[in-house]
Amino acid sequence: MSAAASVRELVKRYPKAPVNAVDGISFAVAPGEVFGLLGPNGAGKTTTVGILTTRVRPTSGTAEVDGLDVLRDPVAARRRLAVVPQRSNLDRSISIRRNLLFHAAYHGVPAAERERRANELLEQFGLLERADSKPDFISGGQSQRIMIARALMHEPAVLFLDEPSTGLDPAARLFVWDRLRELKERGVTLVLTTHDMHEAAALAERVAIIDHGRLLAIDTPQALIRSLPGKATLELATRIPPDRSADDLLTATRTISGVDAVESVQGQPDGDGNGAAGEARVRLYVSGDAALLVGPAATRLAEDGMTITDVALGSPSLEDVFIHLTGRALR
Amino acid sequence: MTAYAEPVRAQTQTGAFVAVLRRDLYVTGKELPVFLAQVILQPFFLLFVFGKVLGSLGYTQHGYSNLLFPGLLALTAVITGMQTLAFPLVLEFGWTKEIEDRLLAPMRTGLVAAEKMVFASLRALIAATLMIPIGILVLGSIPWRWSGVPLLIVMMILASVLGAGLGLVLGTLVTPNRINVVFSLVFTPLLFTGCSQYPWPSLSSLPWFQVITACNPMTYASEGMRAALVPGVPHIQPWISVVVLAGSIVVLSLVGIRGFYRRAID
Repeated sequence: MSAAASVRELVKRYPKAPVNAVDGISFAVAPGEVFGLLGPNGAGKTTTVGILTTRVRPTSGTAEVDGLDVLRDPVAARRRLAVVPQRSNLDRSISIRRNLLFHAAYHGVPAAERERRANELLEQFGLLERADSKPDFISGGQSQRIMIARALMHEPAVLFLDEPSTGLDPAARLFVWDRLRELKERGVTLVLTTHDMHEAAALAERVAIIDHGRLLAIDTPQALIRSLPGKATLELATRIPPDRSADDLLTATRTISGVDAVESVQGQPDGDGNGAAGEARVRLYVSGDAALLVGPAATRLAEDGMTITDVALGSPSLEDVFIHLTGRALR
Repeated sequence: MTAYAEPVRAQTQTGAFVAVLRRDLYVTGKELPVFLAQVILQPFFLLFVFGKVLGSLGYTQHGYSNLLFPGLLALTAVITGMQTLAFPLVLEFGWTKEIEDRLLAPMRTGLVAAEKMVFASLRALIAATLMIPIGILVLGSIPWRWSGVPLLIVMMILASVLGAGLGLVLGTLVTPNRINVVFSLVFTPLLFTGCSQYPWPSLSSLPWFQVITACNPMTYASEGMRAALVPGVPHIQPWISVVVLAGSIVVLSLVGIRGFYRRAID
């Protein structure tokens, strides 16, 4: 059976850009699979999806959707795919219902069938009440729902979603996730791009981790997490005296018994990375109970004059996989 | 809703084209009063002030309104075609992204641009046609020659498509943050160098301006309309006007569709 979507040796360099936005990516999405492209903003996810959805021309390489070469036959490929962008691109001149109806008309769905599907989808996505008003002044969650319903009007084989729940409140997010899971049950192939590891872990059966236009790893979230050195993590923020460096911190923590691997963590959301006033963060991968290592770690670091200022315990997540692969946090 | 994996029924690109055109016509139909006000107001006031008021006050010669009216038909067609296409296109590409759903419709990207031109031409044609009863209302009578009607129709169509072509080129060239500057830099000169308010041959006393106006394709639309309705006024030979307009349309369409591809596909 051919892949629902695949790219081979895909390269995209934008004019005047110093580096390739996509730099030799290959993967194949199986029919019915929920596939996640995980990476920070600017990693090349959106460009990859842009190529698959006929909106970006690759510099080299091939891309196929449902067995159709998107470069050679973009018109046929468009019949088989649908796109839900991150930002609303709804037609503001016509009602929500007509957004759905006209989309289906563009795709050649007969009139009676259009009406039937629109009613069904409007109900399923909780949009019936507002169906006949224009999509002005609606919340992000609502426009996301309308765009997914619209995308389904021509019954695509593959649905591409760009950051499907970014910026939504928790309830709207869960609603969208539930609808996407229902689609999966029906056998629709979903390809989502996200920089949100929760979203990737909650929805995707397989995840491709992308950074700087390159594919770093591709597997199920469980397998990716299992590939990490330890079973639990212990993150330490440490104050380092002037005569010591962050490398000394790594060396010191590596000698603590029960620690499988150590890596420094940069680019924390609070902006408190390395170097700031003698602070450094380190992540320990441990096989036993991470909490039991806080004491020994404090003792060991004190020998070198370093003090722990913050402790975080965790079981590894996709975020840790990303940090492990790139040495940087996702956001 | 169980048939997602089933192949979508075969459908021609023409079907998609027609559906997109129907969407535009539907929106126009719903916003008819706005559409009418938008297209009629400017030529109405031009006609009223230059044709009626100045004439009644004795500032313009008798018969000026006969000369002005065909020019305003050309102006209305060109400006309406241009506005219908350029303004929304700039916003759709640069800001609302509304065009994306149509770019993902199963038809060649060039057809999406072609649909824009067909729709803008249709609106321009309607606006120009509406100028005829408005002219009768404002001026009391308009210059009319049944034998000139075939040429008039050809000119109305060419002027409408010309406006659409100008709109497509502008709309794909301009980014939203520069829309104001570009439109005032392009629009106003185009409006006043298109010979709608004066016949081109009479400019021989202002040779430099005659050269400038000869470079504006709208000039040939105005002149062609005069050839159809008031052949007594000196005008450019109709066949020259037709050839120049057709040539301009071909060039503008090619440049516009190229620009459209550039904006639609990275």
